[in-house]
Amino acid sequence: MDPILTMTGIDKGFPGVKALEDVDFRLFPGEVHALLGENGAGKSTLIKVMTGVHPADRGTVRLAGKELRLTGPHQAQAAGISTVYQEINLCPNLSVAENVFIGREPRQAGRIQWRQIRRRTDELLQQLDLHLDPSSMLSSHSIAIQQMVAIARAVDISARVLVLDEPTSSLDASEVDQLFRVVRALRDDGVAILFVSHFLDQVFALTDRITVLRNGRRVGEYLTAEVSKVELVTKMIGQELAALEELQEKPKRVQQELESRPVLVEAQGLGRKGSIEPFDLTIRKGEVLGLAGLLGSGRTETARLLFGADHADSGTLRIGERTGILKTPRAATRLGIGFCSENRRTEGLVAELTIRENIVLALQATRGWMRPIPRRRQDELVAKYIAALRIRPGDPEAVVANLSGGNQQKVLLARWLVTEPRLLILDEPTRGIDVGAKAEIQRLVVSLSDGGMALLFISAELEEVLRLSHTVAVLREHQLVARLPNIDLDQDDIMQMIASGTHDQPDDDLGLISRDSDSSGASA
Amino acid sequence: MTRHRLFWPSLVLVGLLLGNLAFTPDFFSIQVRDGHLYGSLIDILRLGAPLILVGLGMTLVIATGGIDLSVGSVVAISGAMACLLISKQNDMNDVTGVLTAIAVGVLLATALGLWNGFLVAGLGIQPIVATLILMVAGRGLAQLITDGQIITIRSSPYKLIGAGYWLAVPFSILVALGVFGLASMLVRRSALGLLIESVGGNAEASRLAGVQSRRLVWLVYAFSATTAGVAGLMISSNVSSADGNNAGLWIELDAILAVVIGGTSLAGGRFSFAGTVIGALLIQTLSTTIFTIGIPPETTLLFKALVVTLVCLLQSPAFRAKVLRQRRQPPPATAPPKTQPTSEIEVSA
Repeated sequence: MDPILTMTGIDKGFPGVKALEDVDFRLFPGEVHALLGENGAGKSTLIKVMTGVHPADRGTVRLAGKELRLTGPHQAQAAGISTVYQEINLCPNLSVAENVFIGREPRQAGRIQWRQIRRRTDELLQQLDLHLDPSSMLSSHSIAIQQMVAIARAVDISARVLVLDEPTSSLDASEVDQLFRVVRALRDDGVAILFVSHFLDQVFALTDRITVLRNGRRVGEYLTAEVSKVELVTKMIGQELAALEELQEKPKRVQQELESRPVLVEAQGLGRKGSIEPFDLTIRKGEVLGLAGLLGSGRTETARLLFGADHADSGTLRIGERTGILKTPRAATRLGIGFCSENRRTEGLVAELTIRENIVLALQATRGWMRPIPRRRQDELVAKYIAALRIRPGDPEAVVANLSGGNQQKVLLARWLVTEPRLLILDEPTRGIDVGAKAEIQRLVVSLSDGGMALLFISAELEEVLRLSHTVAVLREHQLVARLPNIDLDQDDIMQMIASGTHDQPDDDLGLISRDSDSSGASA
Repeated sequence: MTRHRLFWPSLVLVGLLLGNLAFTPDFFSIQVRDGHLYGSLIDILRLGAPLILVGLGMTLVIATGGIDLSVGSVVAISGAMACLLISKQNDMNDVTGVLTAIAVGVLLATALGLWNGFLVAGLGIQPIVATLILMVAGRGLAQLITDGQIITIRSSPYKLIGAGYWLAVPFSILVALGVFGLASMLVRRSALGLLIESVGGNAEASRLAGVQSRRLVWLVYAFSATTAGVAGLMISSNVSSADGNNAGLWIELDAILAVVIGGTSLAGGRFSFAGTVIGALLIQTLSTTIFTIGIPPETTLLFKALVVTLVCLLQSPAFRAKVLRQRRQPPPATAPPKTQPTSEIEVSA
């Protein structure tokens, strides 16, 4: 069988970044094909070239043997290549049916055929085994459902090629199953599906073939059945795998010595109506406190109170020698608290500024505008952290918008590290990040805490929380329900705590906790 | 070089200047008469000075993601205030009195800017609405100050600002240059530039990084009104009178245009003072050109619009790509030799 889509010798560069170099790629009808690679390997760029968002600098894209000259996503869509992005590109304030047909409404004599729209949407949803009211508002559904609506739309535009960019990153296990059912059904109908995901388990569960990219080059193409996980990870990240395994084998963090350390943060009855019930919490110097809890349980809200991003309306907070509720993030930064938000694009980085400017921003803000950091000092600091965190590209004047997700995360980390905080709050620092960068960040957490920094570590992956934390705090329905020293704790214990007695929680190795999808809700 | 964001506006500016040469052969000649510099270029700089000043202030406001529609009214108010105070003096040429009038005019403008800042940063009103208030009310305030009349004064010290010379150079040029230099130094030597760009680029991220964005926003509106106040003194001094109705009328639109031509995005973020100066000079050259080449008055606005459209099109990468592509047909790409994708595993499906 001939491939439906072939890409040959694709080059693509951005100012200061060579994103793709001589990449070949092919996709066969009726297969699910995984695209794997570290952050910055060029996955997103390859997809954007394929879907016409960015033109390639060199190379050709052929669909069913015909060369495509794409100048925009619309053309790609017309040719039969549809994309469902990680961030859903639908209008939350319109109905499900309107979203499925927006921009291509069936008309008769200029009038939109609403009845036809609703009927067709209903059919499509049935087909995907979704039971929703087509006229309900899109925003009234979960991110998972919204994603399926996006897929329904893509499928209805008669996609020959369907690109799913990290579709599962905000779904819980049962939703993932539902999505997989839909994808398999589409595959059996002969659709060629490109599946991008960081979750190797899912790649093995779903896909037929795998293409691996590294540093903008294609490493190779493999049949899923004939390759092992370890082999794949090695191809993706090379030598870094060894480091990750070493970290995994490290014994659990020592708890005993902690008691002797001074208390850095002490919250008593701190709370905010509607977001988190009053809670007590202490964090000692050099302690890693892990926050575990389900999606929407108040993890981010807890962090925001401790950072002053939201006002607490009850309780007291003592940080070091100072007591009083934090009113602004600025007050928190001056007390030596740093906060890496989970939404690095909307609440973290200033995309159009350079790596250097983003890194010095928080430090400069604490000094005020009248005491600028001398340029030479800036360059030293930035060079130090680019090297320490291995930020790529290493050019301090590269614009942050052009960086891959993992490197953006590192820039955000560097911003807070230059302020030399006493407490660093990391909200989902490893989300949407590949294995290599994840290992680097985990190693960093360990070494920072060894150096005496206190960390509040929030992650949806229990396994990661357990590996890094001295203490685990468990949140459930906006309440802090337990605070446990990490001695002989395992995932089951914490899951019990989170579920509070109920046993119908899935306990596969994806980690029970659904990836945090209410980020928009939390920030609103 | 074409990548530099000031390239295209500079090119149009040079083109316009050269175009003038075709109509006015001595367009570039600069003479010294009575120890003063004279010439069309000097005129453009002199008459463009108020717009440059207003544009500089507007640049920072726009960089924070805001906009200041009230600058035209502030121009009228500061000029009216200064002229009123001078006209009440027994001796209009008294230097101390004139300096006092100038100080009061500028400080009044600054106060009005703080008012704008209060509405935007303090109360969180949208900038376009907040400054619209002063844009409309300010004209009334100027009328009140001048009592509905045009105040005419005869004061040679005051005349220096807008129509005088210092070391052979028109004083207004020196003022504009001075403010440009000072402001550039201030924003780039201090961290003001970085913080303003970060607030304009991503307000929430900046807040979470500890940037005091409110204070910055307050500051830029005060700065904008202050530069408008100085421009107001310049304009009223140039004609030795204050006209509450017409002084600085529509200058906010020219200033916004100058900022945009200069490459600062209306969405906020990165800004360029040098770009704004080029933009302001371009607009002023356009006005001068319209007079010198004798375009009928009824079509001047159209002509201006055409040139501005051209600049905007040239600045758009999409437009340039389209035009340039059509010009030189792409040589049938020296295609890389078509090789089979080197796959490590043969797939038979």
